Amino acid sequence: MAKKVGLEVSVAVSEAVKLVDADVIAAYPITPQTHIVEHLADLVADGELRAAYIPVESEHSAMSACLGSSAVGARTFTATAGQGLELMHEVLYVASAMRLPIVMTVANRALSAPISIWGDHADAMAVRDTGWIQLFVENGQEAVDNVICAFRISEDRRVLLPAMIHMDGFHLTHVIEPIELPEQSAVARFIPPFNPPLPLDPEKPVTMGAFAPPFIYTEVKYAQDQNLRASKEVITECWQDFGKTFGRYYSPVEKYQAEGAKTLLMTMGSYSETAMVAVDKMRDEGKPVGLLKLRLWRPFPFAEFRQAVKDAEVLIVLDRALSFGGPGGPVCAEVRSALYDEINKPRVVGFVGGLGGRDISMAGFEDMIEQGTKVARTGSEQAFEMFEVRA
Amino acid sequence: MAKTKDKGELGWQEIEIGCFITEPGNAIQFRTGDWKSRRPVFDLDKCNKCTLCYYFCPEGCIAKTEEGYFLPDLYYCKGCGICAEECPKDAITMEEEAG
Repeated sequence: MAKKVGLEVSVAVSEAVKLVDADVIAAYPITPQTHIVEHLADLVADGELRAAYIPVESEHSAMSACLGSSAVGARTFTATAGQGLELMHEVLYVASAMRLPIVMTVANRALSAPISIWGDHADAMAVRDTGWIQLFVENGQEAVDNVICAFRISEDRRVLLPAMIHMDGFHLTHVIEPIELPEQSAVARFIPPFNPPLPLDPEKPVTMGAFAPPFIYTEVKYAQDQNLRASKEVITECWQDFGKTFGRYYSPVEKYQAEGAKTLLMTMGSYSETAMVAVDKMRDEGKPVGLLKLRLWRPFPFAEFRQAVKDAEVLIVLDRALSFGGPGGPVCAEVRSALYDEINKPRVVGFVGGLGGRDISMAGFEDMIEQGTKVARTGSEQAFEMFEVRA
Repeated sequence: MAKTKDKGELGWQEIEIGCFITEPGNAIQFRTGDWKSRRPVFDLDKCNKCTLCYYFCPEGCIAKTEEGYFLPDLYYCKGCGICAEECPKDAITMEEEAG
């Protein structure tokens, strides 16, 4: 029987990679992701995980090595953060277009300059369109469970796409939480062996990522988009099976106290936990507020999202990233776009906050909800509200 | 190169996964000859069969004939003109494709 133990979340993520019996880890350490790959290096060196550990000279090389290993049919894992993810950028597109089911945890970190090792979602938003499955987790248990699910989803023959698990740097990576690690035998039953349809094999040669002239490139990209959209069904199916097997259920848009809520707040990642406490307090005071937690970012769960907000009057969206000179935070801009053609829709108010590791307290979330409800009534001259910015 | 069909071109649902090439050497199906704006015209009366055009052609589309002369396969020739530049006998001239 799996039991709960106190573990640093980074260590727990590495243990999850051991549980899925990964074959190759190619990684370059960067704060705040370092503990994940350090612990994996220990597991491999101590013979606890039979895998090839490739220490590389940069994140660009890490992702490139992952391409090769996944292409031959090896179960492949890497982790990065912030600038490291940016350095991988061009290779990320290659991984998804070549349908290589690499799994990567991103310990979300703010981007330079000025240099910040602390967390926000600027790194995640910059790789939004790379064609990866992307999901956000809010605590250590969710990180472990979703690393396990990500391998099964990605390697599914109906999907064959790489997956990123976004977990907030420091707020998640460096905290110790009670975490239940499933039994290895149960994980082995949950994830079938990786058996790609067209691996790199000298007996049956294939060429991957070769040249596509104008007559075919459009068709290839459309196929890729359709493929990523269709993966949502496999993702939800996997989460259902995971729930039946391990007792913890996940869904693309998660609701908390949303029943009958006139004002909904939407968050992603670890700040959702503080927001839940704020919502509890406001509910106790009789205020009709609720919380939505967007777990699945790509493919965007349009139907589930629209369903979740249709009865609300106000939707307050917290972005932890900026789109400089743009229409507001990237998540809020997408949400507005997703609702544009709907008849019944809430008024959307966007906040940007929690940048570069700045905390949003429980009282902060209360303020955000109160202020957002007011802005929904009065309207705003700005593309977004900058939360708790000093004048 | 991406797989092609004899008649017409593949639709998005017909493409191999990841647009992989499963047939080695299928670049032979790809007509690079339609890139050219000028084509090489060989004057075999001037040709001394020296082979320089054959070796210099970056496309590898010049082949030896049964009589030992050299001629380009215009299906692949991109019209770069290197053969004409290198020919010591001025036996190759580049002519406009248009007109």
